Amino acid sequence: MCAVGCGSPAPQQRLVSVWAMGREGEVIAQLLPQFRKLHPDIEVKIQQLPWTAAHQKLLTGFAGDATPDLCQLGNTWIPEFVALKALAPLNQNLARSVRVQASDYFPGIWDTNIIGGTLYGVPWYIDTRLLFYRRDLLAEAGFADPPRSWEEWSRMLAAIKARVGPERYSVLLPLDEFAPLLVLAIQQPEPLLREDGRYGNFRSPGFRRALAFYREMFQRQWAPPIAGTQISNVWDELGRGYYSFYISGPWNIGEFKRRLPPEQQGTWMTAPMPGPDGPGASLAGGSSLVIFRRSRHKEDAWLLLEFLSSPEIQQRFYQLTGDLPPRRSTWGAPELASNVYAHAFREQLERVKPTPKVPEWERIVTDMRLMAERVVHGDLSVEEGATDLDRDVDAILQKRRWLLSRGVTP
Amino acid sequence: MKVGHAAWAFATPALLVIGVFFFVPVLAALIVSLTDFDLYALADIRNLRFVGLDNYWHLLHTPDFWRAVANTGYFVAVGVPLSLAASLASALLVNSRLTYFTAFFRTVFFAPVVTTLVAVAVVWRYLLHTRYGLLNYALAHIGIHPINWLGDPHWALPAIIVFAVWKNFGYNMVIFVAALQSIPADLYEAARLDGASLWQEFGRITLPMLRPTLLLVSILTVAGYFQLFAEPYVMTQGGPLQSTVSVLYFMYEEGFKWWNLGSASAVAFLLFLMILAVTALQLRLTRDAETS
Repeated sequence: MCAVGCGSPAPQQRLVSVWAMGREGEVIAQLLPQFRKLHPDIEVKIQQLPWTAAHQKLLTGFAGDATPDLCQLGNTWIPEFVALKALAPLNQNLARSVRVQASDYFPGIWDTNIIGGTLYGVPWYIDTRLLFYRRDLLAEAGFADPPRSWEEWSRMLAAIKARVGPERYSVLLPLDEFAPLLVLAIQQPEPLLREDGRYGNFRSPGFRRALAFYREMFQRQWAPPIAGTQISNVWDELGRGYYSFYISGPWNIGEFKRRLPPEQQGTWMTAPMPGPDGPGASLAGGSSLVIFRRSRHKEDAWLLLEFLSSPEIQQRFYQLTGDLPPRRSTWGAPELASNVYAHAFREQLERVKPTPKVPEWERIVTDMRLMAERVVHGDLSVEEGATDLDRDVDAILQKRRWLLSRGVTP
Repeated sequence: MKVGHAAWAFATPALLVIGVFFFVPVLAALIVSLTDFDLYALADIRNLRFVGLDNYWHLLHTPDFWRAVANTGYFVAVGVPLSLAASLASALLVNSRLTYFTAFFRTVFFAPVVTTLVAVAVVWRYLLHTRYGLLNYALAHIGIHPINWLGDPHWALPAIIVFAVWKNFGYNMVIFVAALQSIPADLYEAARLDGASLWQEFGRITLPMLRPTLLLVSILTVAGYFQLFAEPYVMTQGGPLQSTVSVLYFMYEEGFKWWNLGSASAVAFLLFLMILAVTALQLRLTRDAETS
């Protein structure tokens, strides 16, 4: 460190290194000129990571003491990196901040960044799941509006299936995605883990109700029993009417706009998730901006975080990426207000719930998906699936229980 | 003495490299396999527990691990003979005096070996597509209903086997061609003078002369096929219903997806033992065949 100019007090170089993933990593560079105008003395270095390699790269970065100052982090990964003690707490920064106001954020999304009462990230954009559907096919089946409850939804799925015959279906629930079942499960009153994340709670009546409904959709052949990788093109297939409902996220607004031909553009729409009895909750997904504990430029990183979180910049970010902003004030912007497909997301965002905040969650939810796949294939009943899953999850959480019993907060 | 010193001096650099890059990591992995090294241990080394043989014990009681072993066994048992047969048949074809354009065919058969697996996997996914795939299209002409190749747990592994055999047979073919060319031509001439049929020539001359090559190729292929990973990784991600999870894929998920490095290291050693046992068995069987 002392190789160059140790004696003379060289001007402190203010450099903020940033890691961002996928498309966001490309776009962030276009927002920076404005930041440089505000803070000409801070240099920002951006590194782009592909999503598929991001998790592994972050872990190896942590193990090798090479983490960045500021980083985009999927909000379901936050508990894991908090367990690693890799993230800096942000409560003090927030208390002093004028530009980041917690009350302006959708509460379900904000909550995903709080672990044990401490704030570790600020939401950057949101990602929740809801229905993409074919208005025309629904109207032909005799329904003017999208479903509000599971019961209404079931009636529509049955009516559509009756019209399209055995070769086509009503809804696509890809078996290689955990999100569709997880959405149904999170709508239930019971939490998915019990006793502060010590044990699984999948035998609860709520989860079994969700699993039974999920299985019913396959049993009645409303949904084809296939994985997403077996569908060459999910957008074309919705356009062809291979299915009329598809549970997916905000990035598909842009994809459907781009990929469906102009004459079909009037036929699709988005709708909030129907729930067991009336409008239901959905997942509080998305990415947050976090500052690493080992950063030596935390204050400058916070300046950049504030800049990226300001409503004006978030509007531009939305224009560039189509990513939906987590702040209510940004939603007033004309570009968002005029996007009819975003309205359902705006409504859904008031009803999003975080998943259990344990580092093992990713593995638990993968086990849940594998169990659900076996239930769909008829290898397990709903009861057996729920019991098996609880047993596996309890085993996964064994080390967490051991740590908690020793008084260590994982 | 002097010669001994000189020999050590020459061997030391190589031994050092092997030691640092092979023996030390293997030893470290062995030690890790006796601990519960995971994400929590990465955060704080005090969260590391020495668990003895617990990882091994747990693995042997994990149905998913046995599932992976069974899948791998199936893949090896069916894939290796198919692969060897395809290699030998194509080697005989391109080596035959009756075939034209042998250089061309040799190149064509070898091409899958050198193409990028991920790229050809994409093409194969289209070939195997349930509704638009060429394979089901062809089967429809002989009255067979579309098969959900990569989505049906019964068909996914066979589909992967066919893909892997197609991808790999060219490599062994080249070895067989070299071995075929080293069989003296006068053996065949003598056989023909004695009035031997083509089958007799193959059974009495070609196969016995190929035996050392066959042993080598089968050991290499068995060891290679036991390490099945990339094919399911790009084609099915282990699905449907875990039917294409191999031992190595299982290890990858344990280690790099879930960061349970202790358990993943144990999987690695169990796989090593399996390959060792099967190879020993192969050598034993060959030796018995030779002595009898």
